Amino acid sequence: MSDLALALRQVRYENRAFWRNPAAAFFTFVFPLLFMVIFNVLFGADAARFFTPAIITFGVVTATYTNLAMAVTIARDEGILKRIRGTPLPPWAYLAGRIGHAIAVALLLVAIVAAFGAIVYDVPVPWDALPAILTVLVVAAAAFSALGLAVSGLIPTADAAPAVVNASILPVLFISNVFIQMENAPAWIDTLSRLLPVRHVADAMLDLYARGADAGVPWADIGIVAAWGLVGLVVALRFFRWEPSR
Amino acid sequence: MAGPAIVVRGLRRSYGPIEAVRGIDLTIQHGEVFALLGPNGAGKTTTVEILEGHRPRTSGEVSVLGHDPARDERARKERVGIVLQQTGVDAYLTVREIVELVRGYYPAPRPVDEVLTLTGLAEVPDRRVGTLSGGQRRRVDLAVALAGDPELLFLDEPTTGFDPAARRQAWSTIRGLADLGKTIFLTTHFMDEAQALADRLAIIAAGEIVATGTADELIGSRSTASRIRFRLPDGAPPASLGAAADGSGWQLETEDPTRALHALTTWALDAGVALTELEVTRRSLEDVYLELTAEAAEAAEGAAGDGAEAVA
Repeated sequence: MSDLALALRQVRYENRAFWRNPAAAFFTFVFPLLFMVIFNVLFGADAARFFTPAIITFGVVTATYTNLAMAVTIARDEGILKRIRGTPLPPWAYLAGRIGHAIAVALLLVAIVAAFGAIVYDVPVPWDALPAILTVLVVAAAAFSALGLAVSGLIPTADAAPAVVNASILPVLFISNVFIQMENAPAWIDTLSRLLPVRHVADAMLDLYARGADAGVPWADIGIVAAWGLVGLVVALRFFRWEPSR
Repeated sequence: MAGPAIVVRGLRRSYGPIEAVRGIDLTIQHGEVFALLGPNGAGKTTTVEILEGHRPRTSGEVSVLGHDPARDERARKERVGIVLQQTGVDAYLTVREIVELVRGYYPAPRPVDEVLTLTGLAEVPDRRVGTLSGGQRRRVDLAVALAGDPELLFLDEPTTGFDPAARRQAWSTIRGLADLGKTIFLTTHFMDEAQALADRLAIIAAGEIVATGTADELIGSRSTASRIRFRLPDGAPPASLGAAADGSGWQLETEDPTRALHALTTWALDAGVALTELEVTRRSLEDVYLELTAEAAEAAEGAAGDGAEAVA
């Protein structure tokens, strides 16, 4: 079997294991929809135009960054990574399986959120901008996967994983046009959020939802997200661990 | 298959100022079942994990099937199966799925059903690993290690935490693997396990090999003494017999059990005393093991001076 076939096989098995934990799978998909409903109730009918692309951003980030950082840290502490390291499976093929599965979940989640926005809140899917949207989503999913692996290397134990992952991503989501609109934010916090990757995914998705194909392909945003992905890759290569901490 | 399966020369491993493995030499032949026996913290896991490629060494030479395990070589991993001390397999996959997944990593794997039969999992192929008992999960670890049909197996404390029946079962499984011609390197802190499974064993204490050989050689090397134990209803045996109090009974050690037993029973019959629970035993591997490891621990303490302890 070629290494690429091995990696694809890992995706299949990850996927099978994922759906066998129905509670986790259910909430992965229901959580973002719940946020959408709450925000639309709180902020009124027009809010859906903002929150559909915003929650798409939220979904992509959590399905990759949050899920990978948690799952990989737990697998490491359970000794699963160490056992894999003793087999001839190339390490990259194992991680590619994890990342491939995370990206597949992210894209399914985006489709569900977009459909929910279109059907329940009458926010049309900008079909004409689909190539640009997919480009943003795939780059974002890859970059946040790399960041998730990077942060797992920095988390000491599985017990610490939820705290570290939430503390690193929730504040960023709050200042990145995802939960709260940034129009009236002080300049310094606006500048800060533009240095971080989530803001650029959110702004790109908002613009593509608002203007469709007229928005073009947001290369500047894609570039900044990709640069963060490279930072994640470098940190992951340096700090990623296969051994349990105990 | 030229040369031994494993050769270790002058292996050392330090963790900061602590030296966990202090220059050990081992040679294991193809097809041999070899046990590294030692108390917790003696350096067993450090040694086996260096051989597996999981840890770097500080110095010394190591060859596993002709490969240096410090180098991350796929060709070596394709010929080696590893059961780690800690279990770790995905709880949401079934036994069969995990074995099939892992088989795919190897060029010439063993058929799934054979792996399941060999490891005693043929009854539970469709159970999810998360629903299995601890002993069954340990079998899954073994099945995963066997899936690639490796010629060399590392088993790090394969039966720790098992009840006696499960241990006996695991032993017969391991013997079955030896019958297939596999080379097996196992670590254990159970003397009976080493004695039951290993063709040859080494005792490690405080990071050093204190004895190597077959179980019989190890027992013979230390002494040929036998031990006679008995109880008396009351009173003490005459001093000429050389018996010493041992708990609520008496024991004596002798190089000549025939003569000692004769003297003892003659005295008992003449005195009209019943020797209850009379037994004659050969010194066991356990006695040798406890002596050797105690000596090594004392020596290490004397040498270290600062009371540094070896870590696992």
